[in-house]
Amino acid sequence: MTTPYIPSAAEAPPMSLLAEVTHRCPLSCPYCSNPLELVRKSQELSTESWKRVFKEAADLGILQVHFSGGEPMVRPDLPDLIAYAQSLNLYTNLITSGVFLTRDTLKTLDEAGLDHVQLSFQDVIPEEADRLSGFSNVQPRKLEAARLIREAGLPLTLNFVLHKGNIERMPAMFALARKLGAIRVEMANTQYYGWALRNRAALLPSLAQLDAAQDVVNAELARGGLAIDYVTPDYYADRPKPCMGGWGRRFLNISPSGKVLPCHAAETIPGLTFDNVEEKPLKEIWENGQAFRRFRGTEWMPEPCASCDRKEIDWGGCRCQALALTGDACNTDPVCSLSPRHNTILDAIREANEKTELPFIYRHFST
Amino acid sequence: MLTESCCLKFARGHRLQHDTVRHLWIIQAPEKAFIADEIAAATLKLVDGKRSLKEIIDALTADYQADRSIIARDVTALLAELRDKGVLNS
Repeated sequence: MTTPYIPSAAEAPPMSLLAEVTHRCPLSCPYCSNPLELVRKSQELSTESWKRVFKEAADLGILQVHFSGGEPMVRPDLPDLIAYAQSLNLYTNLITSGVFLTRDTLKTLDEAGLDHVQLSFQDVIPEEADRLSGFSNVQPRKLEAARLIREAGLPLTLNFVLHKGNIERMPAMFALARKLGAIRVEMANTQYYGWALRNRAALLPSLAQLDAAQDVVNAELARGGLAIDYVTPDYYADRPKPCMGGWGRRFLNISPSGKVLPCHAAETIPGLTFDNVEEKPLKEIWENGQAFRRFRGTEWMPEPCASCDRKEIDWGGCRCQALALTGDACNTDPVCSLSPRHNTILDAIREANEKTELPFIYRHFST
Repeated sequence: MLTESCCLKFARGHRLQHDTVRHLWIIQAPEKAFIADEIAAATLKLVDGKRSLKEIIDALTADYQADRSIIARDVTALLAELRDKGVLNS
């Protein structure tokens, strides 16, 4: 029979590599998950460096490579990188806004052996999609991209980032996914780091909205025919999420300039040293890099985590969230109701449930 | 319903591959990977869009020198489950 793959030992090889091949992006979403300090084009890894990294990743035990960004399609060498990863038997996934997807560009990616496409949507209402992405007339381009992806026979996942302003349109999002022939939908509530944290009061849904959203998800699961990955905002949970499946256990992230990160927000944490793939082999970085060892396993944990029977379930939650909300990444994730700083979460929830219409702070980046 | 005349193949974006680091057979799928045990891997290696379910069962019965009815039951259950998950299609 078949069972999901779950690594056992703490130093087990990683499973997934998020390859952020660029930070450049034609959209300017207010919940952008990239760091506040972005990497410029001139600092990006070369084609040859990425290929060497993929070889090292495959040798290390990585099974899947997620090409992300920014918008990965701004790199003209993307088909070349995908073909090379494919030749190493790595599963290749493209995470894209779809605005550069045409019949010709898709054909090149298809011929390179691309396995799967995740297409991001901001909303189901065209005007709202424009408002969120800061990109004029974005929705027709995405709909056309989805049509081309399905026409080529590639499996399609639709990604929606949920927030206060669009969460009530989840039924229409599911309907769109079914209409476009997606096999999978990811509906992830905004995670509040970096840019999204600046916009938190304008984005965090109310409790009533979340209860209604869960009912929608349950109904769609019951209908079947669509794989659903629904991520709640952990602010409303009693226990933290097992961020990244545990620090340095399954995932690694390589930034456009080649820094190897345990998660894509890790650069916000002071006191961590991030090795670069141009300086050390990936295996050495994964196993012995200071940033990976710092929070791997349970040794680093303070109370109440250290004596908690869930410490190998949630791995202490999210380090970046602990830093952003308590000022110290070594603290227990304040989402946990056992955290002495849980009041920071309660205050944010109160704010989100009181205020309704707030302006977004947009980000713009193209150089 | 899966009958012995059915002919299945891996759906686009899904494949069986040997993990040379962990020494396991795994099924690659969008955003996940499953471990295939020895019997599942032996079965899936025969799934190529050309062999019928009957031919796969016959081949495994010969390889494992086992009771055909037991092999048929296990193989059909496995392939039906993977078809329902979208890993295989016809």
